[in-house]
Amino acid sequence: MTELHEPATVGVTAAPGIDPDSAAADAVTPDRLTPRRPRGTTWWAIAWPPLLLGAILVGGWYVVTYVVLDDQRRFLMPPPHAVVSDGFLGESRQGDANISIILHALQRTATVAAIGLVLSIVIGVVLAVLMSQSAKVERAVFPFAVMLQATPILALVPLIGFWFGFSTNPRVIVCVIISLFPIVVNTLFGLQSAERSMHDLFTLQHASRRTRLRKLMFPAGLPAIFAGLRISAGLSVIGAIVGDFFFGQGTPGLGQVLKRATSNAESELLFAAVIVACALGVVVFLFFGWLGRRVTGHWHQPADGT
Amino acid sequence: MAALTFDGIEMVYPDGTRAVADASFSVDRHEFVTVVGPSGCGKSTLLRIASGLLRPTAGRVEIDREHLGYVFQDATLLPWRTVRKNVELLAELRGVPAAERSRLATQAIAMVGLDGFEGHYPRSLSGGMKMRASLARTLTLRPPVLLFDEPFGAVDEITREHLNDQTQALFQAEGFAALFITHSISEAVFMSTRVLVMSARPGRIVNEFAVPFAYPRHPELRFDPEFAALSGAISKDLRGVHV
Ligand SMILES: Nc1ncnc2c1ncn2[C@@H]1O[C@H](COP(=O)(O)OP(=O)(O)O)[C@@H](O)[C@H]1O
Ligand SMILES: [Mg+2]
Repeated sequence: MTELHEPATVGVTAAPGIDPDSAAADAVTPDRLTPRRPRGTTWWAIAWPPLLLGAILVGGWYVVTYVVLDDQRRFLMPPPHAVVSDGFLGESRQGDANISIILHALQRTATVAAIGLVLSIVIGVVLAVLMSQSAKVERAVFPFAVMLQATPILALVPLIGFWFGFSTNPRVIVCVIISLFPIVVNTLFGLQSAERSMHDLFTLQHASRRTRLRKLMFPAGLPAIFAGLRISAGLSVIGAIVGDFFFGQGTPGLGQVLKRATSNAESELLFAAVIVACALGVVVFLFFGWLGRRVTGHWHQPADGT
Repeated sequence: MAALTFDGIEMVYPDGTRAVADASFSVDRHEFVTVVGPSGCGKSTLLRIASGLLRPTAGRVEIDREHLGYVFQDATLLPWRTVRKNVELLAELRGVPAAERSRLATQAIAMVGLDGFEGHYPRSLSGGMKMRASLARTLTLRPPVLLFDEPFGAVDEITREHLNDQTQALFQAEGFAALFITHSISEAVFMSTRVLVMSARPGRIVNEFAVPFAYPRHPELRFDPEFAALSGAISKDLRGVHV
């Protein structure tokens, strides 16, 4: 009996389709556009593939440690549990708790990266706004921005130390140099992304430059700006670690921990520091992805689905 | 009295493209004038000149640009604004106080029948609804002259007829002068008091048809023999200008 009723129901729901512009047909659109997880999908269904690969990688790590490496060379790749017990929870040769060394270094590196990123954002957005307002400024600045981007950071590090010393400021400068370009390029691209007809709309109302920038170009550019921000944030972390690696003065950051653990052959600590550096990069990447979705997610759907 | 007058308009783009040659005509208040012509013949150029977005290389335009409505080919809604915020945009850019702006938007949204969708973002609207929101945005200015650049070209036929009815009702209620562009002859005849035929580039007005039917016009008019005869005549004329 239920089956017999089916066609009638289908007929009723199809009726609004006769007038595709009627409110009834349109009202369902928002739901259609939000891809919903199929019923019954849990976090487990989504998480198992990467977890499985992770488990395989850890297994491979054990194989390398105990099968590939002999006793004398095992220090090159200590087993995962030793990285936890000795690297994170053990003590250094000087008798300090590793976990406290790592956390202090992490705090230091994160601070430097954050200061560098904020400076990059301020400088980068100002530059991009100026470039968006004048084709001459754009043409003047662009080649130098590309040069800055194309120069390997390691080629500049000695010069930066030479000029600015070896403490905090030069570390921040490395962060800015390495993270500035994506902000400039993405912000500029974003500011220029509003369609011509939208500009016409503002022109017809005699909108000022400032109004146009604030109410059209900037909001239109937000998705691209956040894409740039996410790239730059990751680069800024790299810059902070690289800068720290070369400029040893002051509180040590992750770069110094990596360097010292390497020269002292404290391989468990070295691995622990690498894992923390990696985790910091991932957290920063996820945070800015989340922030971008928070700000533009209600109207913007990224093409790549991130 | 003419709400919009073109006098000897010529447009040669900097790259040498001669888009419009010697266009002269006017649109009176309470007139709905439609221009049909082969694509690329300079119709959009003509509207951009009328609105002041483009300066003609010769000729003169008489129009009150302070209260001009312009409906673009795409809805041009700002995707980060809700329907209501989009409809309020023009008044906002003109510095109309928030309360008045809100009142104008409510009124315009009701006029196009979008009540209940004020809080939606453009991405969740159908093509026809986007066009209606775009129309509502223009109506907040209560424009005495409205320019339409193929506004319903991208929607399906049934939605288009729906929008035609609605635009026609607004035309009657508001009494604006309309200059409308379309490539649909049926749409042109259904909506207009006059249809102008434009030649291939460089565009000039080569013929003019008065449309005798009284408003309000009902959808069945499209099947009237007289309607068909007029459409046929315009179509024949258009074939003549296609090169
Ligand atoms: N900015 C421009 N520069 C040069 N040529 C243009 C420009 N805009 C339009 N044209 C040309 O002018 C002609 C008329 O364009 P347009 O007015 O858009 O035609 P229509 O709207 O009738 O299809 C076309 O051949 C088009 O390629
Ligand atoms: Mg056109």
